[in-house]
Amino acid sequence: MPLLDRTGSAEDRWTRSEGAAIGNIPAALVPWEVLVEALDAQEAEQVIGVILPNSVPFLALAPFLPRLALVAITFPAYADGRGFSLARQIRRAGFAGEIRASGPLIADQFAYALSCGFDTIELPEANAARQPVPQWLHARDSFSATYQRGYGETDRNILDQRRAARTARPLAAE
Amino acid sequence: MYRYDEFDERFVRERVAQFTDQVARRLDGSLTEDEFKPLRLKNGVYLQLHAYMLRIAVPYGTLNSRQLRQLALIGERYDRGYGHFTTRQNLQFNWPKLRDVPEILGLLADVEMHCIQTSGNCIRNVTADHFAGVAQDEIEDPRPTAELIRQWSSAHPEFGYLPRKFKIAVTGAEADRAVIKAHDIGLRLRRHPDTHETCYEISVGGGLGRTPMIGKVVRDYLPKKDLLAYLEAIMRVYNLEGRRDNKYKARVKILVHEIGAEEFTRRVEAEFAQLDGPSINADPEEVARIAAYFAPPAYETLPAVSNTLEAAKAANPAFARWVEVNTVPHKAPGYTALTISLKPQGQAPGDATSEQMRRVADLAERYSFDELRVTHAQNLVLPHVRQRDLFAIWQQLGEAGLATANVGLVTDIIACPGLDYCALATARSIPVAQAIQSRFADEARQREIGPLGIKISGCINACGHHHVGHIGILGLEKRGIESYQITLGGDATENAAIGEILGPGLAAEEVPDAIERIVGVYLAARAEGESFIDTIRRIGLAPFKAAFQETARAAA
Repeated sequence: MPLLDRTGSAEDRWTRSEGAAIGNIPAALVPWEVLVEALDAQEAEQVIGVILPNSVPFLALAPFLPRLALVAITFPAYADGRGFSLARQIRRAGFAGEIRASGPLIADQFAYALSCGFDTIELPEANAARQPVPQWLHARDSFSATYQRGYGETDRNILDQRRAARTARPLAAE
Repeated sequence: MYRYDEFDERFVRERVAQFTDQVARRLDGSLTEDEFKPLRLKNGVYLQLHAYMLRIAVPYGTLNSRQLRQLALIGERYDRGYGHFTTRQNLQFNWPKLRDVPEILGLLADVEMHCIQTSGNCIRNVTADHFAGVAQDEIEDPRPTAELIRQWSSAHPEFGYLPRKFKIAVTGAEADRAVIKAHDIGLRLRRHPDTHETCYEISVGGGLGRTPMIGKVVRDYLPKKDLLAYLEAIMRVYNLEGRRDNKYKARVKILVHEIGAEEFTRRVEAEFAQLDGPSINADPEEVARIAAYFAPPAYETLPAVSNTLEAAKAANPAFARWVEVNTVPHKAPGYTALTISLKPQGQAPGDATSEQMRRVADLAERYSFDELRVTHAQNLVLPHVRQRDLFAIWQQLGEAGLATANVGLVTDIIACPGLDYCALATARSIPVAQAIQSRFADEARQREIGPLGIKISGCINACGHHHVGHIGILGLEKRGIESYQITLGGDATENAAIGEILGPGLAAEEVPDAIERIVGVYLAARAEGESFIDTIRRIGLAPFKAAFQETARAAA
């Protein structure tokens, strides 16, 4: 399926396993239900990622995070926003691997996804065909700055920019 | 009132450009209708019964004259010369063309306004006490909090695709005029008994609709500095755990109800404990920056009572009655907060023509420090009026058909647009409101009855707040015929309560009779100076039910 990262089209180095059978797949993406089994079979050179239904509580996933290189959170529908909160919780726990949103997202969610900690978006073919990459990149930059602190870069946060302006221009100037 | 800085200005302009681009992508097929629908809803564009409707945010109900004049212009140029003020302090236009919407958004941005999140499954426009900053019972002005939340909730990356809509209301007074207990989150500013610092009491899980619930307090005293982190914790628990299998069970009130307020609170507190407050909250300087915009205007030093006003009242009884009914005491001596009723006989509650909007804008500019408010009861307020100017204002309002003296009385009815406009409605609301107004047209009788809130919804979604009306009227459809269910004992204030159903549904033309009988029971039973709702609390529903049965029998 087509994959996007912050900069546009991306190569997908991950291979979906058949159930728990990861064989010698170098980067194996396995269903949540068989994660324990797959980790048991993991070889030294192998990296493992999990396809995580968005109904799984973060606390159930947390113990496995140190052994995962990718968490692919499913979006059953684009309007089902649970994945945004899950990604936040995963990042907060210090996970440094890749977080992927997998499902029929729309370009207008790209900036939100990146701000919440996603690295990549994996789209069904038909959705990707309707919404070409330039639309995603355009939507990514819809807002030059946003209001919520702690999401994304501070130089694109309005409250942080106001604070910076206050520091640069001490009270005497007002 | 708040003024945009360069960041706010740019944000709103970018939102206009974004929506324009979304419309273009819908038209070229990049977005399907299903994908586009939530996007247009998040910008206040609804598909109604006859046309598109555009809902414009009036953040916490605060407007200046320039903004109201712009709304008047939009109403004239793109609609049919009027607009409809809503129970969430917003303004709706019922007849704009979809192709005109981007242009309208541009005109709104010119006066620091927008339609952001006035609909859709996201955090909606924040509402607040319409007497914010002027009420004598106020502990702290709720508007800085509401503005902070407006900014924080705008295009929130995590909470834009919630299970369902999410409404927040703020009050800073002892009396609740913002119906906070019927909101997904209700915030009340209050003083901590030991530290005397102002804190927030936080209620979650209120709401009306088909399953009315009164919000439960999850925090008695939250330090003000922690607000955004605490809201983030509530929203995250809801976003992750709110039901998505059934849209009628998707509001946070259902989650709170199903797992219990205690368990919900536990989950929120557990999430909150994980958060790094300083990296989320607005810093004190930012809070102070916003609060500074809401500093009181430069009031004149005036005597508490105006002799000019007293003389005018003595000379003109109709004016005196209007003053008595439509004004409330003000913090500043010699001033008053004036409510302009948008409920004259025979008009749709909450409607104002462009001409009327301009008249009110002129009055606000001349007499009220250029400020006005929209109330959740669908009226307008001039918040800072010198008592001695009231007579001149009354005369000018009268010329525009805006001097109805009925605020808080039986004809000051809240009603949703109903089947006349709304695609969801199952029955008409406006004609029922008009029939009741006409039955109780006698102003002396209205004053004799005293404070009585009638609220009408044209379907179970309860936009007319019927559950919390002293008398609630819900229009349903039974076998192709409109049927009206009457509830009694609801309360939208700090004593929030859901009304109880009196009996079987009535035909539209029987409703005024039923109201008449209910009022009759009250007048016969009330103690000296006792209001309608207090009498109900004292004597219970039984006498009212008995009288209601007679109406139902007489009709059968």
